[in-house]
Amino acid sequence: MELILVNLIDGLVTGLLLFMLSAGLTLIFSMMGVLNFAHASFYMLGAYFAYSISLAIGFWMGLLIAPLIVGLAGAGVERYGLRRVHQYGHVPELIFTFGLALLIEEVVQFIWGKNQMPYSVPEVLNFTAFSIAGNSIPAYKIFMIFISISIFIGLLYILTKTRVGMIIQAALSYPRTVEALGHNVPLIFMGVFGVGTALAGVAGVIAGPVLGTFPGMAFVLGSIVFVTIVIGGLGSLWGALVASLLIGWITTFAKSYNIAMSDILNGIGIATPENMSDNPFRDLWTITSPQIADILPYILMVLILIFRPAGLFGKRES
Amino acid sequence: MTDEMTKDPKQQITTDPSKPSERMRAGSMTITLGPWIIAGIALMLMPFIFTSNSALTIMNQMWITVIFALAYNMLLGQGGMLSFGHAVYMGLGGFFCMHIMNYVEDYGVAFPLPLLPLFGGLFGMGFAMLIGSFSTSGAGTRFAMISLGVGELIAACSVIIVAFFGGEEGISGDRTYGLPFFGVEFLKQIEVYYLISFWLMLSAALMYLFSRTPVGRMANAVRDNPERAQFLGYSARWVRFYSFCASGFFCGIAGGLFAISYEILTEENLNAASSGVILLVTFLGGVGFFFGPIIGAIAFTLLQTVLSLQTELWSIYAGALFLATVMFFPGGLAGLLMMHVPAFKLGKMSGLVVPYFKTLIPAAIGVLGICALIEMTFHFRHGATGDNEMTLFWTTFDSHSVLPWIIAIAVAAIGIGIAKMTAPEMKEAWDEANTAGGTS
Repeated sequence: MELILVNLIDGLVTGLLLFMLSAGLTLIFSMMGVLNFAHASFYMLGAYFAYSISLAIGFWMGLLIAPLIVGLAGAGVERYGLRRVHQYGHVPELIFTFGLALLIEEVVQFIWGKNQMPYSVPEVLNFTAFSIAGNSIPAYKIFMIFISISIFIGLLYILTKTRVGMIIQAALSYPRTVEALGHNVPLIFMGVFGVGTALAGVAGVIAGPVLGTFPGMAFVLGSIVFVTIVIGGLGSLWGALVASLLIGWITTFAKSYNIAMSDILNGIGIATPENMSDNPFRDLWTITSPQIADILPYILMVLILIFRPAGLFGKRES
Repeated sequence: MTDEMTKDPKQQITTDPSKPSERMRAGSMTITLGPWIIAGIALMLMPFIFTSNSALTIMNQMWITVIFALAYNMLLGQGGMLSFGHAVYMGLGGFFCMHIMNYVEDYGVAFPLPLLPLFGGLFGMGFAMLIGSFSTSGAGTRFAMISLGVGELIAACSVIIVAFFGGEEGISGDRTYGLPFFGVEFLKQIEVYYLISFWLMLSAALMYLFSRTPVGRMANAVRDNPERAQFLGYSARWVRFYSFCASGFFCGIAGGLFAISYEILTEENLNAASSGVILLVTFLGGVGFFFGPIIGAIAFTLLQTVLSLQTELWSIYAGALFLATVMFFPGGLAGLLMMHVPAFKLGKMSGLVVPYFKTLIPAAIGVLGICALIEMTFHFRHGATGDNEMTLFWTTFDSHSVLPWIIAIAVAAIGIGIAKMTAPEMKEAWDEANTAGGTS
């Protein structure tokens, strides 16, 4: 029972972290109709910038400044890169962001090298908040949950209750009309792109010390983020939240409970073959859940795309 | 379509048979044998020009990439489907071929090696049929996401399912146990080269012919306007499915050739990085033309082998080049070449030569200057302490002294500056060369 609680908290941390990335990504998608492959790269940039800043003026300034720089970089990419490619159509846009992801990874390796950076949890938060049946929960995890939830609430408030949020929402669905009403729609798009990438930057700043700050960190998380928003339904903020938490919990539980495939197969009445080494399905029999934990989201996504192409909360086929 | 739009790079993807320069793409031109014969002779003669073993290896690699890129372009260029997991089909074909090769070795079955890629192709096609049955119902984002998901799944499976993929170290085999083919046992690299060249010519011709068939033509229609194609009575889904299967088949052939050439296949052959590379190669070459991926594969393989010998930063240059291609020349290298067809037809190419020299050579020098700055920064930051000497462009200097930096900055600034100054002149010459009628 206690273990379930610990896993719930761990899954929540992973899920909320995913959500910070997928929220920005899904906003950008509903705006431009294109998946930003470089989104996780901005997350990586956030971690690296924060690390460099934290060396000079401390973790908290890093948390404040790094997302701003990342957001500015994102806005610049939209203004000078994507807007230019937009005229060629969706496929070149997708390819552009893909190439950008490659280039950012190379540039990061160029500047900071290939090794993991010693970016660590600040001293203030480096203690055990409480423990559940001998499993200590670090205060930093609670801090991560706190930051992500406050960002989600803030985002929801801005999008649904303020005038700016209304204009953004209107611009997402009817850009022409909003433009005709006298709003600068390209500026709104640039702003949304900047804010979306800044969110990814925040995620990078707070995840860097826990998950490691290394050049492959974008790649590790990148495709999972797409999976998240595809499962949640492209363009849906709530869908992104639900899918993020779902994926966070599924992978955490699959990793901590060692469920073997042979038990499942025995359970449904298939006997374990006598001679395992000659059996062509021997690998299937020896699969355990921690082994496949990382590919479970992909299986889920393929199944969702087959049976419910719009995703869990998606409104219609795009 | 107006004359202006043909010049516009964004129109690279569509075709217009009324324009002479685009007739080749639109398929109304009869199949000319000329380029094929020249390509065939060139393939035959290449080993006599580049005799070293490493050159043969590079060429083998190149031709395999050409087949793979052409197969990839059947989807991306001709079908408008962006796949992020296409290495899977090549990899699976290769793994299957490797298993056949090992089976032949273990049981002494009489099996001629040259037929092996065919089985790789069939396996690739079989897998493509399986995946295509649900992934081709939409193009665009949905297809891309499914291909990404399937790609990640298979790449992850390659570590879990050891029986087929051999785990982390992959599986290896020996190609020489097959039935001798007219006395050839494929012991030597050169014999493998001719085997690959044969399959290259065969599959390139078949892929070209496929693009001329009604299915191939419909693939273009579905790419440009699926709704309209459906109103004409064609199922967009089935058309995509056929393209997808055909692409899987040729990817499998490339995989089989890879198995023969390298005799080892690992997880690396089907992971996302390989899928990314083939997208890069194809787009660099140009997706709008049949021969685009061929140029792309040759250019990329050369870039990879030559640049990676010179600098460890080659992937940063490749990335920048790729991004520049997407932003400024979405038609790729082939599109860049074909842009000159109208000027060539008007007989005004000669007017372009001088402005090109005036702009492009300073630009190239400027870019080299920037590259020098990048290399020096890299050396400055990551070089071992005390090791201040670096060699660049055949000169050795101290990367911690000021003078080389000044020179590099000056070269970059002057090069780019001159290029910027002469750019309007080039633009003018370009417009002039593309205008029919009298010269001014």
